[in-house]
Amino acid sequence: MKKLEEKIFKFLMIGSTVLILSVLLYILYVIMKKGLPSLSWDMISKIPSGGFYLGKEGGILNAIMGSLYLIFFSVVISLMVSVPVVMYLNFTLRRKSRLAAFARLTFDVLFGIPSIVYGAFGFTLMIYFGLQASLLGGIIAISLLIIPVMIRSIDEVAILIPNDLVEATKSLGATNYETIKVIARQLLPGISTAVLLSIGRGIGDAATVLFTAGYTDSIPTSLTQPTASLPLAIFFQLSSPVEEVQNRAYAAALVLTIIILTLSFAARYFSRRLSKNKI
Amino acid sequence: MLLATILSIFILFLIGGGLLAKSLPIMQEKSLWTLLTTSNWRPFKGDFGFASYILSTLYVTAIAIAIALPLSLLTSIYIIEYASPRILRAFTAVVDLLSGIPPVIYGVWGTLTIVPFISEKLAPHFVEFSTGYSVLAGGIVLAIMITPLIISILIEVFSAVPKEMREASLSLGATKWQTVKKVVIRKSIPGIVAATVLAISRAFGETIAVLMVCGNFTDLPKSIFDACYPIPALIANNYGEMMSVPRYESALMFAAFLLFFIIVLFNVISRLVLIQIDKRYQL
Amino acid sequence: MELMTAPLIAEQPTPNAKSSSGCLRPHIEVENLNLYIQNNHILKNINLAIPDKSITCIIGPSGCGKTTLLRTFNRLHDDSVDVKITGKLFVDCEDIYAKDTEVTHIRKKMGLLAQRPCSLPMSIIDNVAYGPRIHGVRGRRKLYAIARHQLNAVGLWDEVKDRLKSPASKLSIGQQQRLCLARGLAVEPEIILGDEATSALDPISSKTIEELFLSIKDKYTIVLVTHTLRQAKRIADYVAFMYMGELIEFGTADQLFNHPKHKLTKEYISGGFS
Repeated sequence: MKKLEEKIFKFLMIGSTVLILSVLLYILYVIMKKGLPSLSWDMISKIPSGGFYLGKEGGILNAIMGSLYLIFFSVVISLMVSVPVVMYLNFTLRRKSRLAAFARLTFDVLFGIPSIVYGAFGFTLMIYFGLQASLLGGIIAISLLIIPVMIRSIDEVAILIPNDLVEATKSLGATNYETIKVIARQLLPGISTAVLLSIGRGIGDAATVLFTAGYTDSIPTSLTQPTASLPLAIFFQLSSPVEEVQNRAYAAALVLTIIILTLSFAARYFSRRLSKNKI
Repeated sequence: MLLATILSIFILFLIGGGLLAKSLPIMQEKSLWTLLTTSNWRPFKGDFGFASYILSTLYVTAIAIAIALPLSLLTSIYIIEYASPRILRAFTAVVDLLSGIPPVIYGVWGTLTIVPFISEKLAPHFVEFSTGYSVLAGGIVLAIMITPLIISILIEVFSAVPKEMREASLSLGATKWQTVKKVVIRKSIPGIVAATVLAISRAFGETIAVLMVCGNFTDLPKSIFDACYPIPALIANNYGEMMSVPRYESALMFAAFLLFFIIVLFNVISRLVLIQIDKRYQL
Repeated sequence: MELMTAPLIAEQPTPNAKSSSGCLRPHIEVENLNLYIQNNHILKNINLAIPDKSITCIIGPSGCGKTTLLRTFNRLHDDSVDVKITGKLFVDCEDIYAKDTEVTHIRKKMGLLAQRPCSLPMSIIDNVAYGPRIHGVRGRRKLYAIARHQLNAVGLWDEVKDRLKSPASKLSIGQQQRLCLARGLAVEPEIILGDEATSALDPISSKTIEELFLSIKDKYTIVLVTHTLRQAKRIADYVAFMYMGELIEFGTADQLFNHPKHKLTKEYISGGFS
């Protein structure tokens, strides 16, 4: 009887593992099958021209550049906030401090908040400050979204750094600045992984940019202009009745997927390489 | 640095407060009870009943968890306890990849594969007609989205069970499966709870993927093959029109606040539950 | 370095008293056992006979393979992918490394005390009842009686009788180790294996565990890996000395400590290296 139970579960376990693997492969396959035919050099190097949405020329460069701008500035802002916060939590506050525990709880909760809430809130902020849907609006929303992701990711690494390292460095007569350099080097793999993770999360998210970044056919030249983004490009074009346009949505989906996959591999590669120096 | 920390913590309250402030107009106009339990949604007439949206969200989330949790548990147990280290490494890579895929891609894939499948192959066995854009489609797509999340947490959690504990059980003559059932899983309960909470939060609030496959139809779904309209989809679809009708903006902000509130509450409660489990059982 | 090809067994261990199955071998007999981890030859041609109902201590410097050897007795290396084992190991005349041997009934014959006491994530009484439950014992009263009996045997009953349902992890480390012993005894083993079972404990708890071993050795065959010579001197009936994966010498405690035959044994005993 015992044996039977074990056999049944073993079968179920292997089954579910295979199922999950197959689903991933199937997803990638479908995206490639639909997107590859429409993927051309024109597609990624041109912005939509006049009849784009009726099936004529142009490409999705507006969306690609828009997404790149959005994520670049968001990551910079998030880094400026996350790194000091993590350093403070781990090296200034004592381990058991209540503020640290409360802060971590808050960040965990923020991590779980859906992106549409950030989008809605970003929208509220924009209205409050009188901003139009723009690059800046999108950046604000995305930054809010990825700050908890970044903090959590870097914190995971920072927690592992033993306090002794800080003390040992200080006792050797290092200045505060030099101590920070030592710690920063230890944190580097964590920070790069965090950046890559955040890019992954932020670049593919539609709900944050839906209200805040607008949509346009051109590449923004200033922060106050609206901007296109890859997720929205996919979403809007998919709902078009013109088949040509739908195909472009698939192409955009493929571009986005390729970007994400590259980021994923890069994240694993760097975290493994940079861990060589770690304690 | 202290300033940055305080500011970051403040974000949570800022969001909550901001959304609440924006929802006040509609909350003042209609009672909370009306808002939450009626399903009349006619913004141009001033009727805002969220009930069917709330229910849609619950249905879709419930289906997603019902599918994802058992699958994730089974897979994680297999990967950690039974598979070779090489498979573990390969599978972790797969899971990382899956969890990085943006929701919109799942939405695209869902419309291409799941929706037709339901409409043509599955639903005809059960109902007369279904477009395929349905509660079930939303649930399935969501399930696929949250599975990598649950698995990656569970893999960490199961790996954290000390080897000695497993060996202690095996040395008593237990089989591997008995050890898994009675020792590994038991020791991992806090982690499993935490993973589930995070997954539910993610499923609850997922917008674009569900939006693309759920049908966006306001009437209360009568079966899982009917279209539905979860709250995030409501907000996303109507933000463009919300300035045109009085109270519409406030209603949508209320919807956002609902999401926010439920998820925060859920997170806090589960955190408290975990602390209690830790205190009492000291697993 | 001169190494003997066969251990010096000064006295033949008495045949197994349980000869109902006609088994004439000693309780545990190791025959030409070799163990490889990846490609490293860790245990080299071990031939060893563990006498019945007595305490055998395996001693040797760190890294000599004593823990690895002990863990071959209950096939704990089964789950390690990199480990390869050749040779035979007889328990009650059954070669446990023969093909298709069922492992759980072999493990049931042995109780293992690990170096760091590892209580299962459940209450005190459930810990002790875990073993019997797995093997099919039902009935709350029966399990309670078993638990009570074993907790008494290890001297823990009075300390825990009022909190049987509380989590086992709340016990002190010395108490936990005794709990682990009670848990192991509850499956009614014939053999007890101890892997440096007292090295993580304070001296008083260590002493208690040692006394427990002494008090039960007339009913069980006990094999202990010990890190300290002093402990072996205190409680061992038989001693096996290992060095760099080989069994160098085996004999009664008196023989090994007072009249060691091998040069390495002499050096180790006099504290030459550790």
